[in-house]
Amino acid sequence: MLPVAVLVYDALSGALGANPIQRATLQTGLLTLALLVLSLACTPLRLLTGWTWPARIRKTLGLLGFGYAALHFLIYLFDHGFDLTLMTEDVLKRPFVTAGFTALLLLVPLALTSTPRAVKRLGFQRWTRLHQLAYVAVSLGALHYYWGVKKDHTPPLIYAAVIAALFLIRFLKRRPARSARAGSRAAKS
Amino acid sequence: FSRADRPLGPYDTKEKVTPYQQATTYNNFYEFGTDKSDPARLAGSLKPRPWTVRIDGEVRKPQTIDIDTLQSWFPLEDRIYRMRCVEGWSMVMPWLGFPLAALIRRLEPTSKAKYVQFTALLDTKQFPGQKQQVLKWPYVEGLRLDEALNPLSFMAVGLHGRTLPGQNGAPLRLVVPWKYGFKNIKSIVRITLTDKQPLTTWMQAAPQEYGFYANVNPAVSHPRWSQATERRIGELGRRKTLPFNGYADEVAALYKGMDLRKNF
Repeated sequence: MLPVAVLVYDALSGALGANPIQRATLQTGLLTLALLVLSLACTPLRLLTGWTWPARIRKTLGLLGFGYAALHFLIYLFDHGFDLTLMTEDVLKRPFVTAGFTALLLLVPLALTSTPRAVKRLGFQRWTRLHQLAYVAVSLGALHYYWGVKKDHTPPLIYAAVIAALFLIRFLKRRPARSARAGSRAAKS
Repeated sequence: FSRADRPLGPYDTKEKVTPYQQATTYNNFYEFGTDKSDPARLAGSLKPRPWTVRIDGEVRKPQTIDIDTLQSWFPLEDRIYRMRCVEGWSMVMPWLGFPLAALIRRLEPTSKAKYVQFTALLDTKQFPGQKQQVLKWPYVEGLRLDEALNPLSFMAVGLHGRTLPGQNGAPLRLVVPWKYGFKNIKSIVRITLTDKQPLTTWMQAAPQEYGFYANVNPAVSHPRWSQATERRIGELGRRKTLPFNGYADEVAALYKGMDLRKNF
């Protein structure tokens, strides 16, 4: 939560510059994306290194990411005078808002089912499937960023490349493991 | 001298002027970098003297002229103009300079001249941002000749009663207050009168998003965001954007009969 404190301090001290709302929107958006990417990096990191600690901080990172996404959205609403008609129009008419808003909506059920009790209630398999929505949400987040910038597409493309690399590691690491397991099961029977 | 000491001119706005600090630290000037704070941070590398401006194309007196000589041709005037960025924010800028029309008349355009093309400096030493091809350098902008001759069109050499700072486009920049800010090309080194509509930098970069006219128009959205409202820098809320940025009385006649949705 430290970045929130920094953001509030910057806002009060004028360090956010001449257009603080635009700056705060950008910073919370970037933090959201960074935290979600980090939470998605936990499993690939465990697969590559065998470490277990990344898995333990995965949930915290994801929830923090959701928190910043919600803050980002609140600042957007504040920016538009909490005018819900305007917001609806933006969501329906402007693809970059549509992508960001959809990503936020997808994160809501994930945040709500982040407790061990929810895992039990849903059953591990259904819970895992539900939480694969995180892949969609983070991809939409990167797209939202890419469509939102005026010209310099390098930073959003870096995010997109990292996300793609993380997907690739999962894919490559999981596939042989699964087929090897399937193979040993076949041999036993 | 402070601007409060002088009476308002015919085109001045009475709205609160954006403080010097904000007007010089929140800038779009991709030649220095794409972040709003890059221009103020890096403007020291721009050397506005010595500086020459090449004048060519459909004029009777093509020439390359020193900026100080060019400036001495005209008495300097103050103009307090609104400036509306295509990104949805605005400022009130107290410029110092001379009418573009006075310069163009002095250059004696030929009967073939229909447009004015402006070219900014190309120099990666002075403009570190030009090492990245974020846009195609040098920056090019243009106006129709009748737009350029409109009394609102202005060449600025100063801001807030001081010499124009590097981050605001020293030593010479265009100011056309009824158009989005990106039309106001900075650090001009060449002015070409031509019979063809110039291909401007932002039209090249994204033709479906940025047109030649770029008149401020709340009724025509940018393809990715609304243009209906704007934030005046220094204020928290948003205000409604006015057609032609509030200068409709002065310029609307230039576009009579044109479809402003197509000619955005």
